[in-house]
Amino acid sequence: MSTTASYESRLAMHRHRKRINNVALTLSLGAMAFGLLWLVWILIETVRMGLGGLNLATFTEMTPPPQAEIGGLANAIFGSLTMVGLATLLGTPIGVMAGVYLAEYGQSGWLGRTTRFINDILLSAPSIVIGLFVYSVWVARMKSFSGFAGVLALTLIVIPVVIRTTENMLSLIPNAMREAAYALGTPKWKVILSITLKSARAGVMTGVLLAVARISGETAPLLFTALSNQFWTSNLNEPMASLPVTIYKFAMSPYENWQKLAWAGVFLITVGVLALNIVARTLLRNKH
Amino acid sequence: MDAKVATPTADKIKVAVRNLNFYYGNFHALKNINLDIPEKKVTAFIGPSGCGKSTLLRTFNRMFELYPEQRAEGEILLDGDNILTSKEDISLIRARVGMVFQKPTPFPMSIYDNIAFGVKLFENLPRVEMDERVEWALKKAALWNEVKDKLDKSGSGLSGGQQQRLCIARGIAIKPEVLLLDEPCSALDPISTGKIEELIDELKSDYTVVIVTHNMQQAARSSDYTAYMYLGDLIEFGPTSDIFMKPRKKETEDYITGRFG
Repeated sequence: MSTTASYESRLAMHRHRKRINNVALTLSLGAMAFGLLWLVWILIETVRMGLGGLNLATFTEMTPPPQAEIGGLANAIFGSLTMVGLATLLGTPIGVMAGVYLAEYGQSGWLGRTTRFINDILLSAPSIVIGLFVYSVWVARMKSFSGFAGVLALTLIVIPVVIRTTENMLSLIPNAMREAAYALGTPKWKVILSITLKSARAGVMTGVLLAVARISGETAPLLFTALSNQFWTSNLNEPMASLPVTIYKFAMSPYENWQKLAWAGVFLITVGVLALNIVARTLLRNKH
Repeated sequence: MDAKVATPTADKIKVAVRNLNFYYGNFHALKNINLDIPEKKVTAFIGPSGCGKSTLLRTFNRMFELYPEQRAEGEILLDGDNILTSKEDISLIRARVGMVFQKPTPFPMSIYDNIAFGVKLFENLPRVEMDERVEWALKKAALWNEVKDKLDKSGSGLSGGQQQRLCIARGIAIKPEVLLLDEPCSALDPISTGKIEELIDELKSDYTVVIVTHNMQQAARSSDYTAYMYLGDLIEFGPTSDIFMKPRKKETEDYITGRFG
C-alpha cells in the first residue's frame, strides 16, 4: 500500500469539504441577515419616530393631559431612574453575595445545588409573575400602589441575573489563582475579596449592567406595583410614573401628542439600554 | 533511627515525613512515605508523571485541604510538630511554608502590591519598610532591575519568566522557612529557566527548598538531594550525586538513564 494518499483523493475530499463549507456559510450568513434586518428596522423606526417627539420639554415637562400643546416625560424619566437605580443598589449586593456563595462555598453541597436550581427558575420566571407576586404580598396589603413596590419587583428581577453572572465569572477564575493566594497564608474571605472577586470584577460589573438594561424596559412588573402617576413625585409610598408604563399607556391612546411622547420614550430607553450594553461589552472585552 | 526512614544526611532535618498515605477519594496516591528533608538544602522530587511527587509536595502546606475529596494520613513534622494535626491556624503554617506553582499566577494588582499583599497579611509595616521589603524580595528573585521603574504597573503585563520570578519574590517576601517549588520552570524558556535555577541556588543559603521537576538535568544541576518516586512509592532518596552517579536501585537507574519514564 502506498504510504501517502493520492493527490486526486485529497483534491476530491478537499472539494467536498469546500462545498459543505460554502453551504454552511451561506446558511449562517442568511440567519445573521434575518436577525440584523429586524434589529436595524427597529432602530431606524425608533430613531425616526422618536427624534420627532424629542425636545427640551421632554425632559422638563410632566406628562400632559390628552391633546395638550406641551408636555414631556420628566416625571416618567425620574421615576424610571429612581426605581431602576434603587433596584440595582438593592439587588447587586444580594446577588453578588449569593453568587460568591455558590462559586466559592456551595459548589457541591445540597444548599448550593438547591439555591442554584431555584435561582435558575427565578431567572426564567416571566416578569408578570413577579409583578403579581409583589402585588399580592405588598400592594394589596398596603392598599396602595407605590414606587417602593415597583423597586421591590425590579429588585427580584435583578437578583437572579447578578447571581448567575457572578457565579459564572468567579468559576472562570483558575483554581491556580486561588491556590497561589492560599499558599501565602491568605484567609478565605480575603482570597475571595482581594483575589477572585477582584479578578472577576469586569465580568461581575457586566452582569449588573445587563440586569439594569433588562429592568429598564420592564413594563409588566411595574403595572401591578408602581402603576403610574401623571405628576412628579419623589415619594416612594405613592404611585410612581415610569417610562415603560407611560409608553404602554400613551402608545395605546388615540391622542397624537401622547403617541409622539411614547415614541420619544421608546427612543430614550433604546438609546439608554444600547449605551449600557456597549459599556458592558467593552468592559468584558478589556478583561480578556 | 527508623530503618525505613530515608535519611540521607547528618544535616539538621527541617521536614520529616512519617508513614504518609494520601488518597484522592479511593485512589491511594502516596504509599507509606518516609523521608527527611534537610534544612537549607535543595531537595528535588523526580519521577514520571502521576508518580505522586506534586501530591507529596502539596501535603507540606496542606494545600490539598482545599479539595474535600483529598486526604492525608500519617505525619509531616515541621521542626518536630505534626502539621497535619496541628491546632495552629493553617494560615500561620503556610506563612512558614511558601509555595510557587507550575503556572505563574500574578494577582490582579500592581507589581508592588503583588509583593506587599502577602507581607501585609502578617506584618504591619510602615511604608518605608514595606518599600524596602518589596525591593529586597524583587532583588532576591533577580527581577528588580527589570521592574524597578514600573512597580505600579499590573503584574500580568510581565513576560511568563518575569511573572514566575514575581511569584517567587511574592513567596519569599513573607520570609518563609521552607519554599516549595512545583515544577516552577515547566512553562518557561531556557533563559528564564536558567535565571530561576541560579535563584534556587542562591535561595538555599536562607531557605529549605523543595522542588518538583520533570527535568532531570535540572534536578542534577540545582539540587543537593534527590528523591525518585514511582507510582506513589518513594523508590530511592539520597545525595543528588549518588542518585545520578551510582543509584542503588535498578528502577532509579532505568529512569535517570532514560530507559524508562
